Parts: sequence; structure tokens; C-alpha cells
Amino acid sequence: MSSSKSLEENSAKKTSEQEKSPEEPRVGVFVCHCGSNIAGTVDVGKVTETAEKLPGVVVAKENKYTCSDLGQDEIIKAIKENEVNRVVVAACSPRMHEPTFRSCIKEAGLNPYLLQMVNLREQCSWVHSQQKEEATKKAIDLVRMGVAKASRLVPLEAREVPVEQTSLVIGGGVAGIQASLDMAQMGFKVYLVESEPSIGGRMAQLDKTFPTGDCAICILAPKMVEVARHPNITLMSYSEVEEVKGFIGNYDIRVRRKSRFVIEDKCVGCGACADVCPVKVDNKFDLGYGKRKAIYVPFPQAVPLKYTIDKDNCIHFKNGKCKACIKVCANDAIDHEKEDEIVDLKVGTIIVATGYDTYLPKKRGVYKYWEYPNVITGLELERLINASGPTGGHLTRPSDGEIPRRIAFIQCVGSRNKKLGNNYCSRVCCMYAIKNAQIVKEHEPETEIAVYYNDIRAFGKGFEELYHRVREEYSVEFIRGRPAKLSENPETNSITIRAEETLLNKITEREFDLVVLSTGLLPSEGSKRIGKTLALSLSPDGFFMEAHPKLRPVDTAMDGIYLAGCAQGPKDIPDSVAQAKAAAASAACVMSGKKVKIEPVTAAIEEDLCVACGLCVEMCPYNAPELYEGEKGTKARVIEALCHGCGTCVAACPQKAIMANQFTDDQITSEIVSALEGVGNGGGKADERAKKPAAEEEV
Amino acid sequence: MVERSEAEQDQPSYNPRIVAFCCNWCSYAGADLAGTTRVQYPPNVRIVRVMCSGRVDPAFVLKAFTLGADGVIIAGCHPSDCHYINGNEKTATRGDFLSEFLEEAGIESQRFRVEWIAGSEGQKFAEVIRGMVSDLEMLGPVAQEVA
Repeated sequence: MSSSKSLEENSAKKTSEQEKSPEEPRVGVFVCHCGSNIAGTVDVGKVTETAEKLPGVVVAKENKYTCSDLGQDEIIKAIKENEVNRVVVAACSPRMHEPTFRSCIKEAGLNPYLLQMVNLREQCSWVHSQQKEEATKKAIDLVRMGVAKASRLVPLEAREVPVEQTSLVIGGGVAGIQASLDMAQMGFKVYLVESEPSIGGRMAQLDKTFPTGDCAICILAPKMVEVARHPNITLMSYSEVEEVKGFIGNYDIRVRRKSRFVIEDKCVGCGACADVCPVKVDNKFDLGYGKRKAIYVPFPQAVPLKYTIDKDNCIHFKNGKCKACIKVCANDAIDHEKEDEIVDLKVGTIIVATGYDTYLPKKRGVYKYWEYPNVITGLELERLINASGPTGGHLTRPSDGEIPRRIAFIQCVGSRNKKLGNNYCSRVCCMYAIKNAQIVKEHEPETEIAVYYNDIRAFGKGFEELYHRVREEYSVEFIRGRPAKLSENPETNSITIRAEETLLNKITEREFDLVVLSTGLLPSEGSKRIGKTLALSLSPDGFFMEAHPKLRPVDTAMDGIYLAGCAQGPKDIPDSVAQAKAAAASAACVMSGKKVKIEPVTAAIEEDLCVACGLCVEMCPYNAPELYEGEKGTKARVIEALCHGCGTCVAACPQKAIMANQFTDDQITSEIVSALEGVGNGGGKADERAKKPAAEEEV
Repeated sequence: MVERSEAEQDQPSYNPRIVAFCCNWCSYAGADLAGTTRVQYPPNVRIVRVMCSGRVDPAFVLKAFTLGADGVIIAGCHPSDCHYINGNEKTATRGDFLSEFLEEAGIESQRFRVEWIAGSEGQKFAEVIRGMVSDLEMLGPVAQEVA
């Protein structure tokens, strides 16, 4: 018998002394085929047979789909028939189905925390699909590790905590607006925090929406107004979420309400101040094409309709001399001394709807965006064809204000191309280009329009129909091929596009008056900031990662925090609204209960071993452990409600006086021991080495 | 560099065994993503899931080497991305201490790694494993007198 075995027995003996498991473990092992996902690579029969012989295992079964009704019934039946008191499910990642199987064993009368998942799919069969024999060996090891840990699991009780029936929505674009309205309608109190002076987000910048041609602001503005008027919604525009603490049902939020230097309650939005303000600067809302004053609302339909002073450009802040706005304001609303306010909120759930930014082409890149004035982005075009935009909706080209007669659209700028931006498809560019081509044609039917594309992705309801209409009825030309070179005629500022037309297999050069780059979508700067504050995970594309791509598309890995709109990935308006409604419903599920269950994966201190060194207090980022005077003198204790269960204090405790529930020293050690059992047989020298455990072990 | 004994050279192939401690939120998720995107890597690694890399007691690492591990990885979230604010900073500190200690004990530095792998870095997880397996294959087994 290998000596690691005896070590395992030793550590098992230690456990029973340390933790006094209530009964002898009787482990049931359930190995899943997952159709062919696991069984296609791993010899599930062999794994099950081996599992059956492991110490403590009383029953081992295989099932085609363990998560199915039948599979779960089999677990319940086996638990009852064999008096199983610890369950190992060897299937997919615990991040996928742990909750499913916890409920399942609970139904069979077991404590739900007596379950150990073994990850045979994501971390074995799917990653070793060409090495069936080795994968099977690894699977056997993984199951052995799982059984060892399961044998040492102890029952835990989930804590119940009260739920604050209030939600925080971060981001006031169409997704944040919709989520706020839905929750408010259900009777929950909502704080909507938006960093810009007005809500409305990107949708407010758009002209018309595809494929129906509705005017974006016309359908959005009523919702914006409803937000401002709804008694259950507190709108905090021009504000930033600075700090988030706590957990599901009980989040403590700190919001900075940036000073507008205008008292919101007094400002009636008359605009007299802006009329007299002598400073004109580029309007960010118009992407630099229009001007605004230093005291401004970003656009006429802004909500709240309250003016804001742009401190960087206001003369009063430079030399204190200009008082034009102060003199003209009938309500004494201007206060250049006004400071930021800090507001603390308590909420039960959070919806993150921080939207997107658009890709900007690289400096000195192939599209010459920074060099040629007549190369613009799709969003800039939206402003230039918008009736409330800087040109009043009359499309003119930036270099000379002339009406462009020949316009090219270039698709996939910053999308589907790792070299020039991102790998993913931004999902909206094909349709917004087609829609904008139609709008231009409606204004100026004689315009010659060409769209340089790779693939036209017209996948949504009514999209394909619009595409055909624009191609056939509006005679917009679609050219398959990625432009290789743009060059400018220095006299006319017109641009020649050199491209390979791949359907004709020839290289062409054509001159245009205006080139519109259909730029893709990027995670917003706001998302990056808020992602750090909330410790949210990102997908490889940089957008927030959902808890499960199919089954939990609006949840995050953090309980009580949900995603809506483009913060989770590029999407169009209907999809953003749908996701916002889903996020609102998910948040409402939590808030409609008075209490919520919290994972009992926390730290606990064994007082007799504690010497009150205070190292745990120092280690903890949440101030969960504290020193106190008790019957046994100064000791440390863990305030459970503050403990997040990371286990950093456990690793640091020199006395081994702290235990991490579900991740005890003994449980982890048992996994290490099992992982290395029989290593010698594989060609290593473990058996011999294990015979003389080094002094290091005591370190 | 370790000289291989004749007996070792006779063995058919050296199959290094790696124990990887992965934090639940980033690196374990990264390993899952390698799976869902079917990125292939050698089957030499056995993952022990912990909630935070800060949970990994240096004694676990030593235990693994004592029991015959050829390599050990502690993988956590990238600096400043820790799910528990700063658990990974503690991992980094402990990692530095462990590396020094292990080298003094005669265990080559390539055998122990602290890696930051995000939930979006399935590819990186696979690369780390591939890299370590190839390093270990070059090194061969841990010298017996060390263990």
C-alpha cells in the first residue's frame, strides 16, 4: 500500500478529532455522461466502477443526464436506499449546477452542503478530448479528490437576512430607464444614478431607430419624463457610485452628487443663463459638431431639465469676473460655491446598465479618421442627420459644409478584426448603416451611396426586409470587400477608396464626398470603473460576464447584482429593453421576499486555540474578525454578517484557530493527498518521496 | 539542473503532476472557460478549488511537494481585480516567501508559480498549464535527496 494512503488515514484521524463529524460518511457517487460531452471522452463506466471501491463510498451510479428529472430522482432514490449521507456529483462545473444538486439532496432529506461537485466536463473531457485514456485517469483522480472532500463535509445552515426592498440602477440609458420604471411599477423604491447631467444615454443621441424608423428621442423622451415623475424613483443625475459594500439584500452605497453649481430645486430650466453666457464650447453630446455654452443642458429634451456649469470653461471659475448667469437668473439658482454632496444609500439589489462607448479608429490607421475631415463615424452621422442636431438635420460634410453627393459606408470598423479593434460582431452596425443610408436617400434621393461590407447581418425582426428595401427601392449599392486604402484629394477633400471587391474579384478605386465608418461598440469607461467597484467579472470581449450565457443571462456571479443593456454585450434597443425588463424581474424576485438566504461559507474561530494575536483582524478587508474580552480573556471572533468567506484569515492564522466552512484545512489537504495518490505509478517518484515526509510539512 | 539517474531514464515517460489551487471567481472560472471554448491542454493538472487564492496556506503547497507533486500553481484574480478586495495581494506576498523558501529547499523556481488568470482568460489558463508541463518535462522529477 502506498504511504500516501497512510498519510491520508492520519489526516482523516485528525479530522474526526477536530471536527467531530456527526456520523460515519456514507458517500454516494453519481457520475454523469452529460450525453456525449463527458462520456465521449471519459470512460464513465470505468470511473464509476473505481469510485465504488473508494473508502466510504456505499453506492456509485452513472447517468446519461444527472441534472435531468430522471437523474435527480435516481440520486434521491439512491440516498434513501443506501442511507447515503454525503453526495458526490461528478458532472459539470459547480459554477453551473451546484445549486441544482443542493436542492436535489435537500429534497432527499440531506443538508444541502453535504454535496461535492466534481468538474468532469469543463475541466476534463472538454479540454482533453483527444486523450481519452489520460482523461479517464484524470477523471478517476478528480472523483477520488471529490470523495475525500465529501467525506469530510459537515452540515451547514444558510443564514437568513432581511432584504432592503430598494434597488440601485447604475446608468440612465434606455436599459436603466426601463429597469427603473418596471421596478418602480412593481412598488419597489429605485435610485437611478447617471453620471451625465441628463438621462437618455446613447439612444438620445440617435436619429431614427432601425428597422421601423421611429424617431429615437420621440419614443425615449416620454420614458425619461416618467422616470423623473415617478414617486418611487429617485433620479440622481450627474452623480457617480463611489463605493459599494455589503451583500445581497443589504448593499451600502455611497454616491457622489457632483456639483452642477446650479441648485436643482431652484432651476426651472428656462435657459436665460445660457442665453447670456459668453462662452461657447464644443458640445460633447453632438460629438464636437455643435456648440454649447459653459452653462448648459446637453440637449433640449434633457431630464432633469436643470442647467449645469462646465467648471473647466466657465470664466467665473477662471477669474471670478463674469457674473452674467447670476444676474439673469430669476430664481437665484446659480451657486458657484456649491460643493459635491455625498449621499449614502441602502439597497437590496443593484442593476448595472452602464452601456457602451463607440470604437474610435486608431491614429494614423487605415481609415484616416484623424486626418481627413470628411471621414466620420456612424454616431457622428446620427447627430448630423438629427433634426435637433448641430445642422438641424441637413447633412453637410465637415470640410466645407456642402451637401455630400457620394457617400460610402465602411462596415466592421473596430469589429470582427482583432488587428483593428475587436474580434466580436457589434450586432448593430449593419442595420444602423442601412437605416442611415435610407434616411440620407429620403433627404437627398440623388445621393450615390455604397456600403463596403464583409457580411450583412440582418438577423432581427424586420431587418432583412429593411435591407432588401434599401437595396432595391433606394438603390443603395452593397460592395463586398474591406477597403485597403483611403486617400484624400487635397483640393476637394473628397476621398478615394481603394478596395478589393471580392464578389467581382477585382480591385477598384472610387471617389466619395463623405465616408462614414460604421464603428463598433466597446465596453464603456463607466463600466470599467463600476466593474472594479462591484468586483464584477468580465467576458473575453471586455463586457460584463453573465452568470450563465444561456440560462442566467442577466445575473452576475454576485448575488443580487444584475445586468441590463450593452454593459453585458452589444445589443440593439429592443434587446436592451428586453434585458432591462428581465433584470428588473430578477431583482424583484429577491426584493419581493422579506428575507434572503446567504451562503454559510464563512470563517469560524475555535476560541480555545486563539491567542488573540490579531493577525486575522489585520488580514480581513471587511473587518469581520474582531478582538473582544470574553470569559476566556481576549479572543478573536468573526462577525458573520461581515464575513465574505474568502479564507485569507484562515491561511494566516498561526494557531490554526480559524476554520473556513466548506474549505477547511482538512478538506483541502484531503484533496491534495488524493490528487497525488499513485503519482509514482505514472513515472514520478512520489511513492518513495512520500515515505519520508520532510520537515517542511511542519512549517 | 537535476541529473537524471539511470533508473529514471529507463522509465517509459515522465508524466509530471501539477496541483493548481484556483480561486473560485477568476482562475477557476478561467479554467471553466477553457472547457466551454474547448481549448486543449495537457491532462497533468489537478485543480483544487478555493474561494480566494488568499485561502491557500503555504503549508498546502509544501504538502503537495512532499507528496510528490512536480509542480504547484496558485492562481488568483489579477492585481486590483480580487473578488475579495485584496486577497490576491496576500497571495503575492506569500508566494514570494514560498518561492524563496522552496529554492532554498532545493526545489527549482519553475516548479512553483503564482499566476493571475481572469475568468475571461481560458486561453491563458491553458497556456500556463502547457508552459508548466513543458518546463517540468525539461527539469525531470524532483531530486530525491530534496524531498
